[in-house]
Amino acid sequence: MTVSELIEKAGFKAATLPEPDKEITGVYIGDLLSWVMGRANSGDVWITIMSNMNILAVASLADTACILVAEDVELSQDLLTTAKQKNINVLLTELGAYEAAVKISKLI
Amino acid sequence: MSELLKFHFDVDGTDFTSAGQASVQVKKNLRQLGIPPEIIRRVSIAMYEGEINMVIHAGGGEADVIVTETAIEIRLHDHGPGIKNIDQAMQEGFSTATDTIRTLGFGAGMGLPNMKRYSDDIEIHSELGVGTDIIMRVNLT
Ligand SMILES: Nc1ncnc2c1ncn2[C@@H]1O[C@H](COP(=O)(O)OP(=O)(O)O)[C@@H](O)[C@H]1O
Ligand SMILES: [Mg+2]
Repeated sequence: MTVSELIEKAGFKAATLPEPDKEITGVYIGDLLSWVMGRANSGDVWITIMSNMNILAVASLADTACILVAEDVELSQDLLTTAKQKNINVLLTELGAYEAAVKISKLI
Repeated sequence: MSELLKFHFDVDGTDFTSAGQASVQVKKNLRQLGIPPEIIRRVSIAMYEGEINMVIHAGGGEADVIVTETAIEIRLHDHGPGIKNIDQAMQEGFSTATDTIRTLGFGAGMGLPNMKRYSDDIEIHSELGVGTDIIMRVNLT
C-alpha cells in the first residue's frame, strides 16, 4: 500500500505529501533518534511524538516511507516547509502510537 | 587502495536544526554512484551518529568521506573536549548529554555503539582538551 492510500484508508491527516506513491512495508515506533536510525527499516511508517527538525534527517537517512506524528502533537511551519523541500511525507493523527500501529497493521 | 572520490563537510556546531545535513548529502552522493542500498544505509547511520556527536558534544567539526574501490571511509575530526574514557563511552546507554538535548531525542547513548555496529572497522583517537578523531570503514567487497 502507498502512503496516499494509507491516508485515505486510515484517515490520517497529510501535513506534507511530496512522495505520495512511496510503498509502505512496516511500522516502527520510537522517539529516541539513535534507535530509530539503527532499527527502523526502509519503507516503515515511523510513528513518533517527536516534532523537532531533526526527525527529518532521521526519516531521510533511515528511508522511512513517512513520519506519522501521533497524539496530535503540534508541528511548526518551519518543519513543514523543510519537510516539503526535503521530500519527506509527514502525517498526523490524534491516535496514540499503539492505536495508530494497530490500525496500520490491519491495512497492510 | 586508490582514492576514487572524496567529499568534505564542515559540521556546524551551533545549529542543531541542520545537524545531519552532511550525512544526508553523503547518502545522495553514494546513491548517484550506484553504491548498494544496504551499504549506503550503514554509512548513513554511522556518519549521522558521528556528525550528531560532533554537534552535541564537540561544538562542531569536520567530516571527510573517501570512496575507494574496496571501502567507504568516514573521517571525523573535532576540537571538542575529547572523550575521557572511550571504553565507557562505547557502552550502550552511556551518555553525558544534557536534559535539553535529551528532549530533542538525542542522548540515548547509542551513537558510538551504532557507529561500531554499522561499520566494519572503527578507530577512535581522543585527547582531553584537544579533540577527537574517528575513522570508520564500511567495506564494499
Ligand atoms: N566527538 C565527541 N567529543 C567529545 N565527547 C564525545 C564525542 N562523541 C561522543 N562523546 C562522548 O561519548 C558519550 C557517548 O556517545 P554516544 O554513544 O554517541 O551517546 P550520546 O551521544 O547519546 O550521548 C557521549 O555522551 C560523550 O560523553
Ligand atoms: Mg551520540
